[in-house]
Amino acid sequence: MTKRLQAWLAEDPFRFPRAFFTVASWLLLLSVLFPYWSLTLMAPQYPRGLQVFVYVTHLAGDVAEVDNLNHYVGMKKLNQAAQVEKFLAPLAIGAAALLASTLAYTRRRWAAVLAIPAMLFPVIFLGDMYYWLYRYGHNLDPNAPLRIPAFTPPLFGVGTVGQFKTVAQLQVGFWLAVAASLLVAVGLHYRRVIRQALEGNSALRIGPITIFPGGAT
Amino acid sequence: MRSSMTVVVLAVLSLFVASCGGPAPKTAQTPQAGLPEDALRIAQARGLTPDDITAALKTYVPSGKLDEYILFASGGHSGQVLVIGVPSMRLLKVIGVFTPEPWQGYGYGEKGTMEVLAGGTLNGKPILWGDTHHPALSETNGEYDGQFLFINDKANARLAVIDLRDFETKQILKNPNAISDHGGGFVTPNTEYVIEGPQYATPLGLEYAPLNEYKEKYRGVITFWAFDRARGRVDPARSFQIELPPYWQDLCDSGKRVSDGWVFCNSFNSEMATGGIEEGNPPFEAGTAKNEMDYLHIINWKRAEEILQNGQYETINGMRVIRLKTAAQSGILFFAPEPKSPHGVDVTPGGEYIVVGGKLDPHVTVYSFEKIQKAVAAGTSERDPYGVPVLKLEDVVEAQVELGLGPLHTVYDEKGYGYTSMFLDSAVAKWSLGGPYRKDGKEPWKLVEKLPVHYNIGHIAAAEGDTVSPDGKYVVALNKWSVDRFAPVGPLHPQNFQLIDISGEKMQLLYDMPIGLGEPHYAQMIKADKLKPFEVYPEVGWNAVKMSKDPNAAEPGRERVEVRFENGRRIVEIWMTAVRSHFYPERITVKKGDHVIWHITNIERARDASHSFALGGYNIHMSLEPGETGTVEFDADQSGVFTFYCAEFCSALHLEMVGYFLVEP
Repeated sequence: MTKRLQAWLAEDPFRFPRAFFTVASWLLLLSVLFPYWSLTLMAPQYPRGLQVFVYVTHLAGDVAEVDNLNHYVGMKKLNQAAQVEKFLAPLAIGAAALLASTLAYTRRRWAAVLAIPAMLFPVIFLGDMYYWLYRYGHNLDPNAPLRIPAFTPPLFGVGTVGQFKTVAQLQVGFWLAVAASLLVAVGLHYRRVIRQALEGNSALRIGPITIFPGGAT
Repeated sequence: MRSSMTVVVLAVLSLFVASCGGPAPKTAQTPQAGLPEDALRIAQARGLTPDDITAALKTYVPSGKLDEYILFASGGHSGQVLVIGVPSMRLLKVIGVFTPEPWQGYGYGEKGTMEVLAGGTLNGKPILWGDTHHPALSETNGEYDGQFLFINDKANARLAVIDLRDFETKQILKNPNAISDHGGGFVTPNTEYVIEGPQYATPLGLEYAPLNEYKEKYRGVITFWAFDRARGRVDPARSFQIELPPYWQDLCDSGKRVSDGWVFCNSFNSEMATGGIEEGNPPFEAGTAKNEMDYLHIINWKRAEEILQNGQYETINGMRVIRLKTAAQSGILFFAPEPKSPHGVDVTPGGEYIVVGGKLDPHVTVYSFEKIQKAVAAGTSERDPYGVPVLKLEDVVEAQVELGLGPLHTVYDEKGYGYTSMFLDSAVAKWSLGGPYRKDGKEPWKLVEKLPVHYNIGHIAAAEGDTVSPDGKYVVALNKWSVDRFAPVGPLHPQNFQLIDISGEKMQLLYDMPIGLGEPHYAQMIKADKLKPFEVYPEVGWNAVKMSKDPNAAEPGRERVEVRFENGRRIVEIWMTAVRSHFYPERITVKKGDHVIWHITNIERARDASHSFALGGYNIHMSLEPGETGTVEFDADQSGVFTFYCAEFCSALHLEMVGYFLVEP
């Protein structure tokens, strides 16, 4: 097994990072299908709790009910948030995935920049999420039935609003994007290692596998 | 002595509870710690006997736990249906059926519900009460399927259909050819038909005829209402009736399993008494009890379907009717003698036997379906005055079981016993069935035990007791009198539902539940998990009568008021939404004399977030469950300023959920 892998990689060592870039692209694409973030609200009269799931493209769960409750404090409707982001997200993720997989097929040094969108995607998501939480908590309608001080709902962890206990959590989609980001980073590392080995004409070690440039074993 | 008994029982119970395991509640006293110390003190202080304590433990359902069975009981004169949890005997709901019901906004202006109630009018006359008698759960292969409930109104010969997705009445049908009924509703094993058996004979087709033409003109009529399960409605066009002699047919029951395709009804006036106590005639109570025997009606409805196919019917008031002569001559209708003035007729779970309660005879008479079939095949030369074949009692009877005084109705358990209500004895009689039901070697067809109930028991209901597979466990005695069982509340006493545990060797009386709104006749008890009702309506804009999306559902952001003229008259049509805690719009201005059509959609999706619409001064109230769209239509015939508001305490700002209805002079 190891031998066959060795022979296969000896033919083209870049096959190794290429695998990382390809898997990362697919994971990133896959993440669109899963929620990135969720908010759970617990209150006595909701024994099953209320849950809102944030996907990069849309919201799901008890959005109508949460909107309904939020209107008492003058919060805007959740679906009005991040409309541009939700529209662009599939394009952005598609582009990031495409760039990351392009990286698999070029050995040029500068091409490393193609990894940036995919690597940064989770961080961009969190930043944007925080921005909207802040904006929603700080743009409360002053004519609402109840007036509460401006606040930022927590991005992670436990909070309290009225009789509601809230729990904010990162979800599967986000962790897929993080995995994709890490895989891209690992792929970049090996890409560099291989290129250096090729340039220096030195032996290349990847775990138990040792490859000599030029196909010699 | 009593308190020391209590100690022993508590000790035994604590052992039992301790060995039960189960999830331990997070209270101070866990089951492992035995009963709380103060339990004994409480029992002593309240004077509870050991039996009381076991009864309490068997019926108490803690907060958050749900009942195992659901009892659907007729509400008697209230014209409603009661939904009761068993074993807790907690009232869960009152379903408006023949009577307007304000909380559900049933019959107070909401168009759909007004139309349902209008189905029960007679020649344009609204009838806004009913004497509900026999609830019948829909069945599939002889088992309750939890989808629909039917109930009759004895006073006006009507039948109602309740959809168990939302526990609301969807259809009321007026029997076109009868003014009173009794033997309904009973379903055939796959709910092909809902049977409405007659009661007091009147001239067929609601015609007039003097009483001296009783024998010639007066008739009973049994109705087979064809049920369209997909539509959730009875289809009168596919329904039919069979004309019967004027013998005052009473209860009916469908055959099942081996006797599927047959229906059995008893009767109590083969004397054809017509009363007239004031003219020196025997009163009905004596006149109808003169003969030693009345007639058990044995009806082959599958054969009746064939006769209909052959076109051998007449259409009377829009209903296909198989005339008495046809029924008597073509193998649809047979009689068997039954002891005079009987009451219940109850088919055993497997369909092999038909048990008739004697009422004025101390026996239940058990007829064998197999013997009936043999007697029918052998033929008989005996005929009643209308030419109906009369089978010989000795040819069809399997057994007569002496139970005591006033046997009425019988239900069954899973162990081969019948439980018969004993009106005069005020008791429930447990007796052993024979034939295939007797596998334990005990003596068949014999009284086993009698348990006093309080008082004057009418019907009796058992857990899934009408199905092909009764569950046993519980029976409920539906007592007509409560006398001293409850705190006095004036001369009109509550009825008394008594829960009885039948799981053990001996029956045990567990609980008394007062019914304070009518005299329920019959009840059926279904396993609670068979019911799968909506928590909220499936989509916003749901029409609860049509059970589909309402074309007039208002969407948020698309609320509006439109004014148009029809025949020179101003019509104001409103599409409004309701959500915690406001209506949208909140101000409606019309002119006196306008015709107002007002659609309101509750756009909530949260469980229990119901709103209502109460319009003062206009006799209007709607209940709008989450997702529901309702419509009221009325003439703004009084000028002035009116308020409408949500009469449900929907939220902390419920009082603020209000609007002005301004009617300009």
